[in-house]
Amino acid sequence: MSATAAKTKRSTRAAMGPYGQVGKIVGELDDRLGVAKGGRVFLDKIFPDHWSFMLGEISLYSFVVLLATGVFLSLFFVPSSAQSIYHGSYTPLDGQWVSDAYKSTVSISFDVRGGLLVRQMHHWAADIFTASIVVHMGRIFLTGAFRKPRELNWLIGITMLILAIFEGFIGYSLPDDLISGTGLRIGYSIAESIPFVGSYLVSFLWGGRFPGDIIIPRFYIIHVLIIPLVLIGLLSAHLGLLVRQKHTQFAGEGRTEDNVVGSPMFPTFMAKTTGFLFMVTAATALLGAFAQINPIWQFGSYNASKISYAVQPDWYMGWLDGALRIMPSWELTGLGHTVPLEVFLPAVVFPGLIFTIAMLWPALERRVTGDDELHNLLDRPRDRPKRTAAGVAMFALLFTLFAASSTDVLANFFHVSLNAVLWFFRISVFVIPVIAGLVAYQLCREMQGVHGIGKRKRAVIVERSAEGEYRTVPSPPRPDDERVEMEPEPVPVRIDIEPLSNGGTPEPVSSPTGVRQVTR
Amino acid sequence: MSDPDHQPSRTRVPMPIAALSDPHMGDAAKHPARVEKIIAVIFLLAVVFLALFGAAYWQNWSPWELGGAVGVGLFLLGFGLTAWGKYLMPQGPFVEERHLLASTTEERDAMSAALVERSAVVVKRRKMLGGLFALGAGIFGIVAAFPLIRSLGPLPGNSFEVTDWRDGTVLVDSNGRPIRKDALVVGGVMTVYPRSTVNPVTGFITDNGQAIDQTILIRLSDQPFTTMPGRESWTPDGYVAYSKLCTHLGCPVGLYEQELELLVCPCHQSMFNVRDGAVPQFGPAPRPLPQMQLGYNDQGYLIALAPYDQAVGPGFWERTT
Repeated sequence: MSATAAKTKRSTRAAMGPYGQVGKIVGELDDRLGVAKGGRVFLDKIFPDHWSFMLGEISLYSFVVLLATGVFLSLFFVPSSAQSIYHGSYTPLDGQWVSDAYKSTVSISFDVRGGLLVRQMHHWAADIFTASIVVHMGRIFLTGAFRKPRELNWLIGITMLILAIFEGFIGYSLPDDLISGTGLRIGYSIAESIPFVGSYLVSFLWGGRFPGDIIIPRFYIIHVLIIPLVLIGLLSAHLGLLVRQKHTQFAGEGRTEDNVVGSPMFPTFMAKTTGFLFMVTAATALLGAFAQINPIWQFGSYNASKISYAVQPDWYMGWLDGALRIMPSWELTGLGHTVPLEVFLPAVVFPGLIFTIAMLWPALERRVTGDDELHNLLDRPRDRPKRTAAGVAMFALLFTLFAASSTDVLANFFHVSLNAVLWFFRISVFVIPVIAGLVAYQLCREMQGVHGIGKRKRAVIVERSAEGEYRTVPSPPRPDDERVEMEPEPVPVRIDIEPLSNGGTPEPVSSPTGVRQVTR
Repeated sequence: MSDPDHQPSRTRVPMPIAALSDPHMGDAAKHPARVEKIIAVIFLLAVVFLALFGAAYWQNWSPWELGGAVGVGLFLLGFGLTAWGKYLMPQGPFVEERHLLASTTEERDAMSAALVERSAVVVKRRKMLGGLFALGAGIFGIVAAFPLIRSLGPLPGNSFEVTDWRDGTVLVDSNGRPIRKDALVVGGVMTVYPRSTVNPVTGFITDNGQAIDQTILIRLSDQPFTTMPGRESWTPDGYVAYSKLCTHLGCPVGLYEQELELLVCPCHQSMFNVRDGAVPQFGPAPRPLPQMQLGYNDQGYLIALAPYDQAVGPGFWERTT
């Protein structure tokens, strides 16, 4: 091809084609970056539809809310434990010695326009973030979405959950109020309980003994830079792997291990998911507007010798608090050393064990089943009774511990002795998971035997014969029981841009054809 | 065939699923007017509420009006967009093939061969170079760990074992005032600190005094009594003092149950019997609260007659008792 021809071709390409301005921009970008081919594939990316696939989206979008509201808060928050006398607009605190961190948080709540709303949205979004990660993880577990080839994404997800828990704990410790300061004191003591390294760990991290004056600036930079940066990196990897490996899907008509059936990225999924982003943001805004969370001005600035009664940490720390409460006081001493098992076991070893089991689960399951195949179709939980039972038992264990974090409140509420509540939980923590697991296993087995499960329910007519015998007959089909469903087909997109031999109207390469009758 | 230099004429081609009559659209798209109207109303309401949000911000209305307006506005905006996606955009079902990500055996072997054979030639035969490089990187790693870890704070040493209480330290309350014999009635309780921890600027107790030295002073009777053998003269006039740091996790043992003479930690409900040496009666705390040996000085103020005989607060590896 001659240089002139090449030039002509380029200039023709650059010239406005039949797609106007959009076509021109695509052309310019494509000349430089070669985006047209890959971009098209991206626009056609198929998203299978199922409500449970939105759980991860809630996590993603609450993370977006956290970043946005967090940036706002960081413009006003002062990460310092330097003390000064409060003379702000919240008069009950007037004249008290408070830390700058506490003072600036009170100021965000009362003096910065929209500050209280954004602060409460940030706190609510953090609780939603961790909660939706846990529920999303439960969905992934119960449907076997973690199986080969997605083990790596399972690991990334659990790492993000651990980071989110730390991020949340550090975040609510920052305002330096009485309750978060007590939480920090407990965190210090837990770290201190680790054999060999505990006292070094806390001495380095806190710059000496508790409380010191360095922990708030350090936690601040961990909270606003280090963990968010790692989370963003892991999140990108999480989504990148999802695109690379494509979505899993439930079995159904036309759905196989080798395809994905659903609606396209552009415009359908994009519209739905952007709408969902707005709705998740709206939910945090409404919670932030109407549901008070962490009113630190009521608690006062942290004073290590003061404490409040019947306070609990944020929900995602509850299981650890519960474990600490019901643990017997087994301190090991001897040979000039102490191992505070009553702290180290429930608050360090136990969560370590839970997360290790979770991380190793895909490998463990593969070893037990000997299944080394690639899996893209999801399991129905009832079809894997043992796995489902294990998941339910784990959930029951964590929920029991969560409930155990309010032993004092429960004893008060039900007018029973604290001792009785304590022993109830010490026994339940072993019994309830076993019962829950067995019930789940049996339910799965029973559901497998039910005919037509998952189909639409049909009314049954009970008839009595002249002899007094009862019979059941199915009701006649309703008109909307039958509906036309289309055969899945590729997104029709390839358009013939070669000169047409007939010189007439161009025709699209594919057009929807296959239609089948299905019964709901 | 066309001339190679001839530019193909590019004509706009209608895309099948772009029409509302396309069977890939939902049922609602067949009669789009009503759906469009509903979504338009939703968007209009969103506009109203988001404008209200602007007004609320401008007029500095209360946080719930601000949040309510933006929350409802964003919800309507999101709901309308989702409805648009669901009812007026192609739903499919469309299918996408899932191509095997794995490479062919040849490609795998080629990569493995490159790794194995190249390293055999250029790495394995240069063990000394490799070793020296690893040594350098290792030394750098260890050295770099110092500013990252060691410089963060002081070595703990025996700092966890000591408090500011000495023989003769005067007990003061949270305002820095020393305590006389008649400061508490029987059944009374207060938190005390060493006089050395009073901040000369603020007149209040320093962080250290509050976090480590905090001690709870209780008057159990008007007679001296014995909490444990060997502590016969520790409770002048029925005053008894214990470290206020819970031996479980270091929370202040801040609740005193007067009738049962129990100190209760609000964090995890450990209970300590104050008449019998603060031995834990309930809960996860493993050890009694350390007891202070009390006495009076010449001016009649309560003082400590000795430092605590053990580390206060929760357990840790180096703790000896």
